[in-house]
Amino acid sequence: MAKFIACRLSLAVLIMLGAATLSFSLLTLAPGNAAEAILSAERADDPHLEEVEIFMERHGLNNSMLIRLSQWFHMLSSGNLGTSLRTGEPVAEEFWSRFPATLELAAASMLLAIVIALPLGVVSAVKRNSILDHGSRLVALWGVSMPNFWLGLLLILFFGVFLGWFPTYGFGGIKHLVLPTITLGTAMTAILMRLQRASMLEVLNENYIRTARAKGLNERLVIGKHAFRNTLIPVVTIIGMQLAHLLSGVVIVEQVFAWPGIGHFLVDSINAKDYPVIQGFVLMIAFFFVLSNLVVDIFYAYLDPRIRYERTR
Amino acid sequence: MPHIVHELGKDRLAILGAVILFVLTLVAVLAPHIAPYDPVELNLSERLSPPCIKHLMGTDSVGRDILSRVIYGTRVSLMIAVVVVIIETIFGVLVGTAAGCLGRAVDEILMRLVDILLAFPGIILALVIVGMLGSSSMNLIIALTSVGWVGYARVVRGSILSVKEETFIESARAIGCGKLRIATRHILPNIISPVIVLATLNMGAIIISIAGLSFLGLGVQPPTPEWGVMLNEGKPFMESAPHLMIFPGLMIMITVLAFNFLGDGLRDVLDPRLKEKIEI
Repeated sequence: MAKFIACRLSLAVLIMLGAATLSFSLLTLAPGNAAEAILSAERADDPHLEEVEIFMERHGLNNSMLIRLSQWFHMLSSGNLGTSLRTGEPVAEEFWSRFPATLELAAASMLLAIVIALPLGVVSAVKRNSILDHGSRLVALWGVSMPNFWLGLLLILFFGVFLGWFPTYGFGGIKHLVLPTITLGTAMTAILMRLQRASMLEVLNENYIRTARAKGLNERLVIGKHAFRNTLIPVVTIIGMQLAHLLSGVVIVEQVFAWPGIGHFLVDSINAKDYPVIQGFVLMIAFFFVLSNLVVDIFYAYLDPRIRYERTR
Repeated sequence: MPHIVHELGKDRLAILGAVILFVLTLVAVLAPHIAPYDPVELNLSERLSPPCIKHLMGTDSVGRDILSRVIYGTRVSLMIAVVVVIIETIFGVLVGTAAGCLGRAVDEILMRLVDILLAFPGIILALVIVGMLGSSSMNLIIALTSVGWVGYARVVRGSILSVKEETFIESARAIGCGKLRIATRHILPNIISPVIVLATLNMGAIIISIAGLSFLGLGVQPPTPEWGVMLNEGKPFMESAPHLMIFPGLMIMITVLAFNFLGDGLRDVLDPRLKEKIEI
């Protein structure tokens, strides 16, 4: 196990170094001179040539790529992600101040998905090919095909504008959370339900289920204890991986509901060409992504020794 | 091939998906002939008209005919999605084949690169790339492809590695087949099905991404009639003219649903084992 963790951990570190390099090089994608773009975005007119020169000198933009890359890593190693051009605040602070709002939305969506998807998936598998099974599979297929921004707009229109039950934008109490949660949680519910159904079907074919039935256990116990528990390993894995996906899915949903999270700020920063924020936020998101995958991986291996063996080989 | 069509014919959802896609393709190809109006022509005297006989889906805030824009939007979305899928497939298959065939060192390097790309949630990376390059359809294609090929590379590499171990490869080698013959006649047919399934399911996801990024203003630019752009333009008039939001969204949903129906059916027919590997 220790060898497995060490192996995964070093891989994760390697990936993060690569991700940091990649997020640095994103800046080079910007057409023309970055300094000019930053200066003109700052003041909404074209900067003088000397100003650009001074700016480039001050920020070390005249140095070679390699030197700037090492400077970027040096900065990162002290936990510094740079300063936002728009707000003048450190990027890290901008991130952490918005992270709780995003986390709240993601966690609520995940909870919604788990509460709906797991029971539905189990019932769907147990009553295979029943009307309920076909119905919930169809709904699940619809759920993954529904663009979340459109679902959000429809919910706003119906429950916000026509019925007036829920506020249509912004951050606040539990009422503000309802519509964005449904919007973000629908696709997740669909994915999870399909997965729960598939792994349940697989487990129900196992010999130990036949044994359990043969020894006369009542069906409730067979399904609940023997079958359901054994489906949890793949399902928990996907839940863990999807949590990171949720953190990214929020980008569009936050925009629709004007939810003050990291996704909303990232899109605003992209529109304002606030490069340090873009680089920093992308790197932070990648960090969470890699971290949650790592945790899921280790957890998975802890639960199932076969995986530990296969992946360190 | 007839066998596949026959099997697929039993899956009613897959047939429905194929029929819808056939109709949508016709709509896209014939757009100039079936659209009742010019999709970008302004008509300020008929602003925000609700659906009526003259404008079946109503008009938008500058009097453009929604039906015509939705029809042309089919063209825009399908065209971009097809281009993206083709480039992704070519690139993914090349990288995946290289990783699967050129030995351990190449495999290790390529797969670590793939890992790095996978450290970023796809849509966010695409979003940032478009943001950096500037918003346009071309840059949207660049962003989506540079993020999306990774999945294909992984699937192709995985299939090659597992097929390579099969006994029929060994026997082909034993009777003296050359490397090229083994690659094209024995390995290639075995990696094509997962790629086809992945590409079909992927089309749906790409169409959502195109609309989503364009909805944020980071993709196809107005006045081009694209579904996401139309949703974005309709948002401010949501209360007074809900029809602006209904039809483009409906089109996205139907298109994506059709690809998912067909993809699901194809997966079940071509390779039931894939069910676990490509769960959307």
